[in-house]
Amino acid sequence: MADRKYTEDHEWVEVDGENGVIGISDYAQEQLGDVVFVELPSVGKVLDQRDEAAVVESVKAAAEVYTPVSGEVIEVNEELNNDPSLVNTDAFGEGWFAKLKLTDPTELEDLMDEGAYKTFLAGLS
Amino acid sequence: MATAKPDTDLLKTPLHDLHVAHGARMVPFAGYAMPVQYPSGIITEHKHTRSAAGLFDVSHMGQAILRGADVAASFEKLVPGDIAGLNIGQMRYTLLLNEAGGIRDDLMATRIDEDGRFALFLVVNAACKGADFAHIATSLAGEAELEILEDRALLALQGPQAEAVLAALVPDCCDLVFLEGRDMNIDGAPAFVTRSGYTGEDGFEISLTADAASAFAEKLLSHEAVAPIGLGARDSLRLEAGLCLYGHDIDEATTPVEAGLTWVVGNRRRESADFPGADTILGQIADGASRKRVGLLPEGRAPVREGAPVQDGDGHSIGSVTSGGFAPGLEKPIAMGYVTTDHAAPGTSVQIELRGRSVAAEVVAMPFVKPNYKRS
Repeated sequence: MADRKYTEDHEWVEVDGENGVIGISDYAQEQLGDVVFVELPSVGKVLDQRDEAAVVESVKAAAEVYTPVSGEVIEVNEELNNDPSLVNTDAFGEGWFAKLKLTDPTELEDLMDEGAYKTFLAGLS
Repeated sequence: MATAKPDTDLLKTPLHDLHVAHGARMVPFAGYAMPVQYPSGIITEHKHTRSAAGLFDVSHMGQAILRGADVAASFEKLVPGDIAGLNIGQMRYTLLLNEAGGIRDDLMATRIDEDGRFALFLVVNAACKGADFAHIATSLAGEAELEILEDRALLALQGPQAEAVLAALVPDCCDLVFLEGRDMNIDGAPAFVTRSGYTGEDGFEISLTADAASAFAEKLLSHEAVAPIGLGARDSLRLEAGLCLYGHDIDEATTPVEAGLTWVVGNRRRESADFPGADTILGQIADGASRKRVGLLPEGRAPVREGAPVQDGDGHSIGSVTSGGFAPGLEKPIAMGYVTTDHAAPGTSVQIELRGRSVAAEVVAMPFVKPNYKRS
């Protein structure tokens, strides 16, 4: 929780040492509705900040997920292939998308912390 | 996010406050603020409709009554269906055609008896209603008059428990079978009830006065079998049922033959050949059309969407997807689209382009899910 940072596109990254886990926020999953498929990046893929990292398909539509930080994909959440609804039921936990080895940790400074993101969400409604 | 008019410009149906009170997410659709889903979500709403009963607000659709000295003959100038052959209380799916045989809109027409005079009760798509009504009124000026029913709501109650639920409030509804309709009395107010819908399930559409709609909807919703259903599940239900969505699967550039709707062209009308675009349509019935609307079953779990190119095994373009999504009842993606006729046979292997790669898919017969209509 302490290290989770957010984008204005409702992605999050949770940093642990030199790695970061990325996903979408609870607000984002609620907006998308029932998630039926997640197209995950390949392990080994190198992503720049704001590159498309995944595609989330709900019943009605597809939505791109952009990585909040640059890095190399070192692991993806294979569980989403079996149960994409984990994105709905546990967006900040079991519904994670990928783990990146960060290449530029200073990018984290551009992102919102929990408090700033909550303020940002309050401004949307 | 989709571009849309500001919410303040959107029209509201008589059930608007009810949707909000039930936690609906409202979205712009055809100029109206409409519920796309309720808190339970599209998949739950979809499955609830298939297993119990779902209540849909379709008040945005256009309702009208067409009257004239020979109203059936008049209306047949615009549509290819056998309207004159309809019995009183019989309802028919038909198409407003353009002169090229393209589809201006699809609609439901029911023949009604008004004190011994025949009239037609029409329900058309929300996005087309302004153009449809202008077209009908202008084309039939001097022989038929169109009364647009602005003050009506339209509710759809769909699913295997729809009859039991509605019968408790409107016992006469049990007298109807699929594609029949007539006037009934709901709490002392007049209503027009048809046994029809857009889900593949048994069910009813209830046209009633706007001021009576919310109270009646709440009565239906108070039944434990009934849940409110949004446009999201309406779309997934109709796609499973293989039903066309106007503006997507059919439009001014598609003919009934290409769309697999040749059955709407009545036998008598094929003889008389007196509907718009008859030359083109009858020519295609005789010689075949160059493309056809088909069902598509993609491999894997990734849905393919409207606009996705369809190719043959060698990568040659053969068509495109017009509706695609995830089928909650089948727990896999389904789609429909147009392909060249030589690839339209069920069992044909095709490729669908998805985010720069190809997904294998099979052409299949529709509907994807067996309908559950009460035909007798």
